[in-house]
Amino acid sequence: MSGTIAVGPTDVKPVAGSMAANRALSGPRVNGRVVVMTLYLLFLMLPIYWLVNMSLKTNTEITSGLTLWPREITFDNYVKIFTDESWYSGYINSLTYVIINTVLSISFALPAAYAFSRYRFLGDKHLFFWLLTNRMAPPAVFALPFFNLYSAIGLFDTPWAVALAHCLFNVPLAVWILEGFMSGVPREIDETAAIDGYSFPRFFIKIFMPLIASGVGVAAFFCFMFSWVELLLARTLTSVTAKPIAATMTRTVSASGMDWGLLAAAGVLTILPGALVIWFVRNYIAKGFALGRV
Amino acid sequence: MTKIVNNRAWFFVLPVFATVAFSAILPLMTVVNYSVQDTFGNNQFFWNGIGWFQELLDPSSQLGEQFLSSLLRTLLFSFIILMIEIPLGIAVALAMPREGWTVALCLVLMALPLLIPWNVVGTIWQVFARGDIGLLGWIVNRLGIDYNYTGDALDAWITIIVMDVWHWTSLVALLCYAGLKSIPDAYYQAARIDGASRWAVFRTIQLPKMRRVLLIAVLLRFMDSFMIYTEPFVLTGGGPGNATTFLSIDLVKLALGQFDLGKAAAMSLVYNLIILAVCWVFYTVMTNVDAERERVEA
Repeated sequence: MSGTIAVGPTDVKPVAGSMAANRALSGPRVNGRVVVMTLYLLFLMLPIYWLVNMSLKTNTEITSGLTLWPREITFDNYVKIFTDESWYSGYINSLTYVIINTVLSISFALPAAYAFSRYRFLGDKHLFFWLLTNRMAPPAVFALPFFNLYSAIGLFDTPWAVALAHCLFNVPLAVWILEGFMSGVPREIDETAAIDGYSFPRFFIKIFMPLIASGVGVAAFFCFMFSWVELLLARTLTSVTAKPIAATMTRTVSASGMDWGLLAAAGVLTILPGALVIWFVRNYIAKGFALGRV
Repeated sequence: MTKIVNNRAWFFVLPVFATVAFSAILPLMTVVNYSVQDTFGNNQFFWNGIGWFQELLDPSSQLGEQFLSSLLRTLLFSFIILMIEIPLGIAVALAMPREGWTVALCLVLMALPLLIPWNVVGTIWQVFARGDIGLLGWIVNRLGIDYNYTGDALDAWITIIVMDVWHWTSLVALLCYAGLKSIPDAYYQAARIDGASRWAVFRTIQLPKMRRVLLIAVLLRFMDSFMIYTEPFVLTGGGPGNATTFLSIDLVKLALGQFDLGKAAAMSLVYNLIILAVCWVFYTVMTNVDAERERVEA
């Protein structure tokens, strides 16, 4: 790097050279970048388009042949989901444990993230690493012991079991994200507040929380999301009353064969929550996925 | 930022420690417990020592062979995934528009697959790749290629890999984009004065600046592909035969399907140890990179 910066004017090549450099910096041609991006987005959207397309068709149309657009748009599949309790209760169950989990994760993670960002203490690095390993732990390993544990304490088939189980990876995630945001707040603020006579809880709620509000939002979004997309643990820990929507979807096989339209409609409805909130965190999304380390 | 040494900070960490210990250490101890015992059913257990581990790590036994083949399968899968998604993610990040409303649009559209429940991802591709009612399968079959992901092992692998690329490349791209955005304009101006080629700019400016985020991307992609379960389970159910039975699928089959507690527990522990080892290597490299960067900035 240093070698390339230290250049005199004599090194600057005449017109042809600098034009080549200009072109080099903005990509081969602007068009090349647009093409890559368009192709990539097309690749991403095609399967989703197909799902939406199918959810608006009747089963006869789906099985009778390929049509790129529903010949007769029908909302029957959606109507069925919203009127049949065994379907919409799945969404309610999922949302219940996801919300419990988000609230738990954030409220536990807030003080811990503050401690990690402000203090050094015995075993802090080891603890931080241990938290990371839990974010990485395969849910498959925990499925059986969780099943035993939550059956033993009588929480099996309740939203609480799933919410607590998802804390395994969401609490560490929230700590990592929040720590990243809190480290961006200068510690002088803490000290000034102490001098001004703020007690610690008042300082934390009145001054500190507003400063890291976006961080809390981002952490909450990611807890919500990872709890929403996980199925292995959610399905293992529930049977009837707390069954998540993702598990309900597996029983679209009926006597008359697969109910593809219904399956597609249920799928579309599970994409919606993410699609709705993603707009608010679009600038922080990399930070969240990178465990707060960008 | 210099931090104050204060051991009372542990009180702040205590709730997190308690929750994670409850959902990590307690279950793991159950696993350890099962892994050294055998059962005849009826909740009667007896000591089996390291028997399960010996069987598991001995490739000549049936369990050992099964474990080894699914481990190799999973490693191969992770390797292919990293080879495709990392370069593709970098390419997409470089192709991101620099400014304007298209930036937000691209970010939102790219992030969309990341927010879809994993079994729905499986379902989407299950439908999309079918020869009769799926767009992809239909087109591929129309092109004269015999494609059937439920019957042919290679087709199943290709479908799962394409699905994972679809699902997770955006993560790599978003991380790289965040890294690219942190490069000051002055660097590019200096390169322009030098008459640096596009490749030189990439090699000497963009790639070093992306090193840290790339490290995180590799870590996350390796871990998540190494423990992939739901998507291939929905798509192929581990088949045809055992062709796409990855470690997690194998483990869940053993633990919750056959209730073979001892074997499943031993497998869980070995699986977890592998994860732990890889995690530690990445964490060490990551902290070193951080320390180096702080030294450079100071």
